Formats: sequence, C-alpha cells, structure tokens
Amino acid sequence: MSELSDLTVTALRFGFLLLIWVLIFSIVAAMRRDLMIGGTAKTGAPTARQLRKHPELAQAQPPAPKQHARLLMVTEGPLAGTQVELAASPVLLGRAQEATLVLEDDYASGRHARLFPQGSRWFIEDLGSTNGTYLGDQQLTRALPVELGVPIRIGKTVIELRP
Amino acid sequence: MSTALTDSVVVKPRRNIELVLLVLALLVGIGASVLSSVNNPGSLNGSFWFQSSLLAVASLAMHITLRIRAQYADPFILPVAVALNGLGLAMIHRLDGSKGTAGDNQLRWTLIAVACTIVLIWVLRDHRRLRGFTYISLAVSAVLLVLPMVPGLTAGDINGAQLWIQIGPFTFQPAEIAKITLAIFFAGYLSVNRDLILLAGRKIGPLQLPRFRDMGPMLAAWAVSIGILVLQRDMGTSFMFFSLFMVMIYVATGRVSWVVIGLILIAVAGTVAAQLFTHVKFRMESWYDAFDPVIYNRDPGGSSQIVNGLFGMADGGIFGTGLGQGQPYLVPYANSDMIIASFGEELGLIGLAGMILLYLLLITRGFRAALGARDSFGKLMGVGLSFVMAVQCFVVIGGVTRLIPLTGLTTPFLAAGGSSLLANWIVVGLLLMISNTARGPVDTSPLHHGDDDSAGASAPPSGDTAPIRDTHVTQEVS
Repeated sequence: MSELSDLTVTALRFGFLLLIWVLIFSIVAAMRRDLMIGGTAKTGAPTARQLRKHPELAQAQPPAPKQHARLLMVTEGPLAGTQVELAASPVLLGRAQEATLVLEDDYASGRHARLFPQGSRWFIEDLGSTNGTYLGDQQLTRALPVELGVPIRIGKTVIELRP
Repeated sequence: MSTALTDSVVVKPRRNIELVLLVLALLVGIGASVLSSVNNPGSLNGSFWFQSSLLAVASLAMHITLRIRAQYADPFILPVAVALNGLGLAMIHRLDGSKGTAGDNQLRWTLIAVACTIVLIWVLRDHRRLRGFTYISLAVSAVLLVLPMVPGLTAGDINGAQLWIQIGPFTFQPAEIAKITLAIFFAGYLSVNRDLILLAGRKIGPLQLPRFRDMGPMLAAWAVSIGILVLQRDMGTSFMFFSLFMVMIYVATGRVSWVVIGLILIAVAGTVAAQLFTHVKFRMESWYDAFDPVIYNRDPGGSSQIVNGLFGMADGGIFGTGLGQGQPYLVPYANSDMIIASFGEELGLIGLAGMILLYLLLITRGFRAALGARDSFGKLMGVGLSFVMAVQCFVVIGGVTRLIPLTGLTTPFLAAGGSSLLANWIVVGLLLMISNTARGPVDTSPLHHGDDDSAGASAPPSGDTAPIRDTHVTQEVS
C-alpha cells in the first residue's frame, strides 16, 4: 500500500470529525420523542407548551381529589382501632421503634413500608419488606397512590386512610 | 388510577434504533483506529481487523443480550459507551506506537468488561434484587477501600498515590469497584431511612437543618474521604466518594441544607489539606501558578504535565491535527490521565466537544432512567451511578483543562486501565437494567397480564403470584 495523498488524509480527518457529530445528532434525533418534544407527556398530562397553545386543556383536567386524608386508621390486626393523625410528613410503617406507626405484627418487617404525601395525595411504597405490602388485592412493586378507604395490608395488619 | 396512568404510556423496545446507532458508534470507534494508522499502512493488517472485529462482536453480543433479557432498556446508553470505548482504544493503540502493549491490554479488558456486564444482566435480571445486598455492599466497599493498604497485596505507591493492588502480574484499582458497591449501599440505606433523616430538624431561614445525630452517616462519609486523602493520597477518589454521598442524600431528602453542609465540609477539608500535605499543596500550586518556571520544573509535583497538555491542545486548535498526526506522546501519561489532552490535540475543539457531548448524553440517559424508575432504590442507585460518572468527567476534564487542580481520576471508558473499564461497563449494565424496569410495562397491574410475559421475568412478584400469597397470609390469620 502506498502513502495516501495529503488531500485524502485531510478529507478523512474532517470526515471523522463529521462522523462523531453525525453520531451525536442521530442520538439526539432519536431521543426527540423521549424528550417529549411535540408529543404528549408520558403521564398523559398536557405539557406547558400544549397548555399555551390550547388553554382549554387546562380546564379539561380538574384538580384531582377534593377530600384530603387526615387520619390513618388501623382496621384489622393487633393494633385495630389505632388512629394516627397525618401531617405533611411521611409515615414509616414497621416493627422498628423509630417507625411512626409501630406495628406489633410478626409478619411485618422492621421498616416495612412508607406512606408519603405528594401534591394532594398520599402514596404508599414498600421498603423491601419480607412479606410484601398489598394495596387492595395488589402487591406493591412501586409507589402507588392511596385513595381514601382502600385497605393497605401489611402482614396481619390492615390500615386505611380516612378523611 | 394507576392503570389510567400506565395505559397512556406507549412502550416500544426501540432495540432497532439501538442497533443502527451501535453500527454508527462502531464506525466511529473502528474508524478512529483506521485513521490513526493512515500514515503507517503496514499496521492495517489482519491482526488489526481481527481486533476491531472483536470490539464489534462484543458490542453486538451485548445488544443481543439486551434484546433477550432487557428489551425495554434505554437504546442510547450502549452506543455511546461503545463509541467512547472505541475512541479510547484507538488513541491508546496509537500512543503505543509499534512496541507498546497498553492497547492490546485495553482491548483484553474491554472484552472482559463487556463479558462481565453481559453475565450481570443475564444473572441479575432486575436491579431491585441488589437491595438485598445493602449491608453486604457496605462491607465489600470497606474491604475494597482498605485493600490497597494491606501489605502483600498493595502495589505500593504508583504516581504518588496508594490506590492499586497487585495480584500476580495484574494491578487493579479497587476504588473503581467500590464506587458501585457504595452507590448500592447508599441507595439501599437511604431508600429505607430517608424519612428519619427528613423528619426532624430545625429551620434556619430557608434551610431546614438536619438533627446532629442524623448527620452521623454524612460525617462518616466525610471521615472516610479524608482517610483516603491522607492514607492513600488521592484527592480525586476522595472527592468522588464524598460527592456521591452528598448527592444521594440530597436526592433522597430534597434538602438543600445537605449540599450546603457538604460543600462547607469539602472546603474545610480542602483548605486544611492544602496546608498540611505537600502533595495537595503541590497540586494546588501547579494549578494556579502552572506557568511559573519554578513550579513547571519542580520534580516531583511540577506542572509540566498539565502545561504540556495545554500546549498540545493549543496545537490542535479548532479542528485538531488529525488522528495520528500530532505529538500527544510528549505528555506523560498521555494514554491515561491525560488522554483528554491527547484527544484535544488530535481531534481539536470540535472533536473534544463532541466527546464531551457523548458523556453528557450518557449521563443524562442515566438520570432519565433514574427519573423513570418506579422504586426509590432504583432511582437513588441510578442517580448515584450517573453522578459518579459525571464527577469523574468533571474532575478529569476540568483538571486537564486547568479549570480545577488536576487529580488522578480515570476518564470513563477512555483512559487505559482495566479496573476503570470494568467498573464503568458494570455501571452501564446497571443503568440499562434500571431503564429496562423504568421504560418497560408495569409488571404488577392486573390489566397488564397479557404483555407481561417478557418483562414479567424481570419482576419477582408478578401479578400472578400476588393473589396466591394474599390468601396464604389470610389463612395464617384465621
């Protein structure tokens, strides 16, 4: 093979710089949809830009629940009847002493689950407990919003949010 | 309600886009190798093409693994990692010249690292299973951090820092792996304990200060970082661990006060260390007085390395000298600590800016995976791992361009060094797994039984088992 001419080398040099940027722009172009430019947000909520263009979308989405949960009520299990008042801070459920609601329940883990407020709603999240947390009849694998009166089962204990 | 939320999500695996981008990335990586040997056509022989095809085969194997095991994983992470790794390989080979072996070594480690990541994705399936290893990770991190000081294992002082261990002919930097295990520990610990840290505390102005006893872990992390700084004499690693902790506790609690306290602690430690330790003092001086002849010529601890790197980058200018056309080998450690300066010289500002953008894309995809993750453990781990990578880039690139004092952290995927490559590929594997559960269909909601099959494997408690376990519990009650 002979030496390449200067012109070819220069062309290759700039071609390579171009290639790096082609890669970058291809990635960014493919990401466009994921960045939700022009599309709807993943949650289904209208984006700020869509709201500007179509003000009627804002009214179409009424602010969710009117009734706020104020009480945490234990309906079943050893602590049945216990009530905990909910403030703005998260609630830790479990057998550990530092839990907000100390469950005397052999089927509960030390730090079993946490209830936390976000916006106007409360969410429950399992903290890697041994026996799991159930919201309604569904086992939690992620944080889920808790509606008023829906039973949350932790071991033998069942708790509910009350207004 | 939750089903209404998830129904609106259109989930596409997007693996084909990944394949297209992967081919482009391989074109960049292998193209860089070809270009750097343009002046030396003899080196474009069979063994060169064999080595290049090994890289291609490894990344395609990873791609196929994702198709089978994690089909909803983020499609952009793998191509970016492959492109950076390929660029690094090309530059290290090019700096080797005809006799060096660092390039072959780097390729070997690339293959090992990709293989380990494939095994990890294959075996682990779901990052949430790592939560069970929270405290084991802490123990492992502690062992890894102490290892370089154990007599018999330690590789002694290398470039003034005691960070390496030696087993037979191999040297290894355990701190690279420790950053992963520490991120796992912090994520596991903080996802359970954050409410305790969050609840109590006094409010001063806009800042809500934590209680003193909740600061225990932070002070411990600070003490460990100081220990690394003093005993192993490495500023970069020390800063990396501390900022990892600071960011994870900030993300877990959302309190700015942690960041403020952390920055104050860093400032205090930095000032004191600069006064007490000569190696820190030298680093500081060769940063702000780099062009002073006395400091330039000082040995050890002179600024000639930084200044030569700057000269190289200045020589490269906007478009660079072209791969294989510059003289980056004039700078000490041109293929590891200073590899950014080597790229700056041969690819110029335009090429280097592109590479920094690639890092930016990689890191934002990591954060994106963390944002989408449905469990707080995955969120925290994703943020922690992506942030560590960001810190590494900032510390190294900032150091080489003389924005901050130069300290020895590795440039992810580029720098020569097996432990760094292995660790960063594992980070990529974990981020891919987090993004798989983040983008994939929700695995428990009863309405999603049908399309659960493939992704269901990634979630231990799937919708099917839930009712069975439920009745099991009720039976025990009655």
